[in-house]
Amino acid sequence: MLNYLARRVGSSVIQLLGLALLSFTLIHLVPGNPVRTMLGGRASPQQVHQVSEALGLTRPLINQFLGFLGHLLTGNFGQSFTFSQGIGSLISQRLLPSVMLILFGTLVALLIGVPLAVVGALRSDRPIDHGIRIFTTVSFAMPTFWSGLVLALIFALKLNWLPVSGYTPGFVGIVRSLTLPAIALGLSLLAVIVRTLRSSVRHVLSLEYVEAAQARGFSTPRILFKHVMRNAIMPTATVLAVNVGFLIGGTVVLEQVFQIPGLGTLLFQAVQQRDYPLVETLAVLSGAVVVLLNLSTDIMQGIVDPRVRLGGKSV
Amino acid sequence: MSDILLRIENLRISFGKDDRRVAAVNGVSLEVGSGEVVGLVGESGSGKSLTCRSVIRLLPPGGEMTANRVLFEGVDVQSLDRDALRAHRAHNVGMIFQDPFSCLDPTKRIGEQIAETLRVNVGLDREAAKVQALSLLEDVGISSPERRYLAYPHELSGGMRQRVMIAIAVATKPKLLIADEATTALDVTTQAQILDLIVRLRREIGMSVLLVSHDFGVIAQVCDRVAVMYGGYVVEFGPVADICNRPQHPYTRALLDSIPTIESAGQRIRRDGIPGQPPSLGEIEQGCPFVNRCSYASDACRTLELSMREVGPGHTSACPVTIGSGS
Ligand SMILES: Nc1ncnc2c1ncn2[C@@H]1O[C@H](COP(=O)(O)OP(=O)(O)O)[C@@H](O)[C@H]1O
Ligand SMILES: [Mg+2]
Repeated sequence: MLNYLARRVGSSVIQLLGLALLSFTLIHLVPGNPVRTMLGGRASPQQVHQVSEALGLTRPLINQFLGFLGHLLTGNFGQSFTFSQGIGSLISQRLLPSVMLILFGTLVALLIGVPLAVVGALRSDRPIDHGIRIFTTVSFAMPTFWSGLVLALIFALKLNWLPVSGYTPGFVGIVRSLTLPAIALGLSLLAVIVRTLRSSVRHVLSLEYVEAAQARGFSTPRILFKHVMRNAIMPTATVLAVNVGFLIGGTVVLEQVFQIPGLGTLLFQAVQQRDYPLVETLAVLSGAVVVLLNLSTDIMQGIVDPRVRLGGKSV
Repeated sequence: MSDILLRIENLRISFGKDDRRVAAVNGVSLEVGSGEVVGLVGESGSGKSLTCRSVIRLLPPGGEMTANRVLFEGVDVQSLDRDALRAHRAHNVGMIFQDPFSCLDPTKRIGEQIAETLRVNVGLDREAAKVQALSLLEDVGISSPERRYLAYPHELSGGMRQRVMIAIAVATKPKLLIADEATTALDVTTQAQILDLIVRLRREIGMSVLLVSHDFGVIAQVCDRVAVMYGGYVVEFGPVADICNRPQHPYTRALLDSIPTIESAGQRIRRDGIPGQPPSLGEIEQGCPFVNRCSYASDACRTLELSMREVGPGHTSACPVTIGSGS
């Protein structure tokens, strides 16, 4: 088990190094120069050179990359080009809205998706199952910015229930500002949750211990919640962890649409300004979240299913 | 054996879409007296499991059953509503299946699975359920129950898991224990131990047992009466000694002839079994299902109306031919 963990952690580190290299290369390949963007069109070549030198952009690329890695490893992340602030404090200011949006969106997807998946599994290949499949496919096919706009149109502009955009701190404020984008985000995640969970619930329902539980006279809800769900949930948790990257992508778009001051808007600004260190750090950190979540679902699997725990002693 | 606990009359179970329905169980009648051990024997596919499942109305998806009656303590199981059926399953009948591994939830400790049955079906609180589960583990012959209580199914041997299944099945002290090939997957020694356990618990709890096997040797050891099944029919029914000594149906005789014999070297040698294959589902529309493999068959057998005929006291056979005794 320890050996296995060590290997998983090792491969995670390599994945993150690769990601750092990739994001570094990509942002440097994108046309546009951060210094010119910063100084505007009228800056003289001397000025540009001076600022470039101050920002360390005249160093060889390999040195710049190593400097970036050094910052990542020490955890102070360095300075942003455009915001006269440390990247660390910048991120911590913008973290909450984004994290809340992802959690809220996942919650919405689970609240709608779990019942739909269970109903679909219990009534598989009946009309209601087909209806659910059509609904989730449509919700998956809608781009998040579009479903976000439609939701805002209906619930904010027409019905006036929720704010059109913007972000108010405080619990009530957060819930009100994030409800619409969270629904849009949740809808985009719905299909994959329903599909995965429905098929694993169906599989578990066909297993003999479910029949044995029925033979014992247990009620359907008891069998579903105490026996089936526990055994069916793991593939869905894995799929959720894999899809966190997809969710982070969704927040970038939705934060723009709803003008939420989170990491998504920060990344958007950083890319526009060619704020190299900020873009790179955001990319690597969100990658780290995805990698860590995948690692922890692997470990969770061992907790939920004792057969996965290696080296279990025979009694 | 004075009272009848279970009486099945003319049970039919069929599968398939409306016009293409085929019967897998075809007019089975059977009875189990209280305290009695009744065997159900026959080759694989003869409808033994389906017959057992009809007692708790737990059929595989697509299966439909009809019967004149499935009386359990005088109440027709077919008439039970959902809650009454659940209570019937919970309190009246305990069931153990062939594969003790796949019948336990792999993610729960076995002790908790026994305790769950006690909490839900007997209504014990957590503490009492645990105490009772531990004593059940001891009853079914599992040593150091405290430690085994915490084990997961995959940590136990097949025999142990079957003991756990038995503990769960008898937790509510049911009136009928159905053991569907409960010893088939086990080695010979374990098989004998599990049979002994079933027989002992039957005595202690005073329950009846419906014991399914395709092995006549197992049936002969423990049953009072036996129903021989073939192709969805009961072809012979009666006291086990009677049937072993004077089998009346050619199929029963063939089955008895294929019991493994112990050679002097101590090796188990199985004779070739019965030549030919049992009929597949829907193959027989008319006549005796055994006709193609039967050495006594005549043309009349292909068209005959199958009915049970009294051939001795409490002993009936579906074959009109009378065979001489002995084998
Ligand atoms: N789920 C099912 N769908 C279709 N046919 C089935 C199903 N279950 C059983 N059968 C049919 O019923 C026959 C009897 O099955 P079963 O009672 O399990 O036999 P046994 O327990 O004697 O081996 C099988 O041969 C099979 O053709
Ligand atoms: Mg069977």
